[in-house]
Amino acid sequence: MAARQKELIAAVCVAAMLSGASLVRLAQANPTGFAPQIQNNPARRIVSLVPNVTEILFAIGAGPQVAGVSSYDDFPPETKALPRVGALLDPDTERIFALRPDLVIVYGSQTELEGQFARAGIRVYAYRHAGIGNVLQTIRDVARLAGRTADGDRAVRDLQAQLDTVRARVRGRPRPRTMLVIGRDTGALRGVYVSGGVGFLHELLDIAGGDDLFADIKRESVQPSNETMIVRAPDVIVELWPGSQPSAETLQRERAVWNLLASVPAVRNNRVHLLYGDYLLAAGPRLGRAADTLARALHPDAFPVADLKGPSR
Amino acid sequence: MMPAAATTRRPASGIQARLAAIVLGYGALAAAVCLLAPLVGSTHISLARAFDRSIPFADNVDAQIFFVARMPRVLTGAVVGATLATAGVVMQALLRNPLATPFTLGVSAGAALGAILVITFGAGVTVGVLSPVPVASLAGALLAAAIVYALATRPGRTISTAVLLLAGVTLNSFFSALILFVQYMADFTQTYRTVRWLMGDLDVGSFEPIVASLPLVLLAFAMFAVLPRSLNLLSVGADSASTRGVDVARTQRLAFLSSSLATSAAVSLAGPIGFVGIVVPHLVRLMVGVDHRLVLPASALFGAAFLVGCDLVARTVLAPVEVPVGVVTAMLGGPFFLWLLVRKS
Repeated sequence: MAARQKELIAAVCVAAMLSGASLVRLAQANPTGFAPQIQNNPARRIVSLVPNVTEILFAIGAGPQVAGVSSYDDFPPETKALPRVGALLDPDTERIFALRPDLVIVYGSQTELEGQFARAGIRVYAYRHAGIGNVLQTIRDVARLAGRTADGDRAVRDLQAQLDTVRARVRGRPRPRTMLVIGRDTGALRGVYVSGGVGFLHELLDIAGGDDLFADIKRESVQPSNETMIVRAPDVIVELWPGSQPSAETLQRERAVWNLLASVPAVRNNRVHLLYGDYLLAAGPRLGRAADTLARALHPDAFPVADLKGPSR
Repeated sequence: MMPAAATTRRPASGIQARLAAIVLGYGALAAAVCLLAPLVGSTHISLARAFDRSIPFADNVDAQIFFVARMPRVLTGAVVGATLATAGVVMQALLRNPLATPFTLGVSAGAALGAILVITFGAGVTVGVLSPVPVASLAGALLAAAIVYALATRPGRTISTAVLLLAGVTLNSFFSALILFVQYMADFTQTYRTVRWLMGDLDVGSFEPIVASLPLVLLAFAMFAVLPRSLNLLSVGADSASTRGVDVARTQRLAFLSSSLATSAAVSLAGPIGFVGIVVPHLVRLMVGVDHRLVLPASALFGAAFLVGCDLVARTVLAPVEVPVGVVTAMLGGPFFLWLLVRKS
């Protein structure tokens, strides 16, 4: 056998061993596949499938790092120009990969999707929907991932301060038993959904100085019958509607729907409030504003007339 | 549960006497359930206080519960139960298929599409006392019935039940696809609300929607009233019915239109409450036999009692949380129906 041939065989063997070893090393590093290892650098290209987390990212100044958003994102307005990649039920995995993200924010229930990105070596943050404490923690988490820990801490402090301000404003005042309506068929007292004893809306009501009429039912939403509403007799009814305020005529008609429950104190004492705005139902940085709006409806006399507008944020 | 007057033995005195006995027996059952149901609920009320005229209505919580929360529910349950059960009887006779329901030919899918469009996109019209969702579901139901009717009927010819069934089932699937598409475009809370609508709900809150549904319901029942004899012959077969002097084409059209109108009214009032339209007719046939002159009135009365009873379970069993009434009818009706199938085969 010629020397050259021996050398070649040796070289091939060495190369094979080396590549085999590196394959083994790679496999050990990531048993589910041969993807590159996940880095801990701040995420530069973030895809968010969760609208309220998108909102958080923009609020902490990470807006320029957002590369794609869900089909439901509409706040802040900058999101409208970004690529849409589906949502909870219809995430478009291919489009997300095509955006070359280094952080994907998914819902906690999207475990398959989570695994898919993890196998591809893309960091995943699974958002879980819960109370206000969870919103604050989410702000801290995504701020850290986006390399904006200081901005995140500031946003958390701001939000906490806003909530504390509202809490202080209504402290010591009688707390009306409040039914917080989060859904209803238009023009009828049917399909009524109210906040139960868990979740950020329940906590928001608590901060705004109201006692949740359905606090004993430990669910985020409850569908009470007309009988239950009559029997529980709320002092105040607050309806939260997404979107902007409708015409005065519609408003009047929708409020008049409640006149059916004539014996309910909220109806008798004209304390049925219809509040409109997407920010009222978004578990994100605008919670402070939502708490303020809610507190003004529950305790109008706690807010001087000159201060009618509320915080602008 | 079976009323004493409605035994399966055939009395010698003929159909009139049996009809009288059935109407009396089942009528007593329905009346008893409808009188009992408003007295029971998640809370205890005092009847004396509820009917005490000296207390202003706005101060009288017992009266509010009785007249706003319970009576409309019970009446809705009675109207919808009677309507769906009789529509089921007629549909089974028309299609000569024991598995037919009031929803087989796409009427409920059309209603659901209408309701879901309004729930998802928010717009919609208010007609008199009817709020946008009932208006849209009524429109959708009537549209679906009109499409099936146009597809399956030819002037002067009898309806082929195969064509009718295929047209209805296809339209059902088509509307269901549209519903899925709309749901897909909707956000989570809207999707949840539409799913809830599909389970049915009798808590209408006032008498106005019930009164508004009555013209259609009464028209349908008037049409039912002239059908029984022809349906008896039709359920044997179109050919033998026509040799016995039945105007088959006219009977089929009347049967289709009446059951579609009845179903449209019921579904727009309370959503597509399942199983009433299939379980009640079969239960009633077990008890009174197959003569439509007896099955139709008995189904109407028993259907009313059945749905009011199911709603009583729905609103009390997990109080203060409610079970959707459609879940209760399916949970009670499903196993029963399977038992019936196994027993018959």
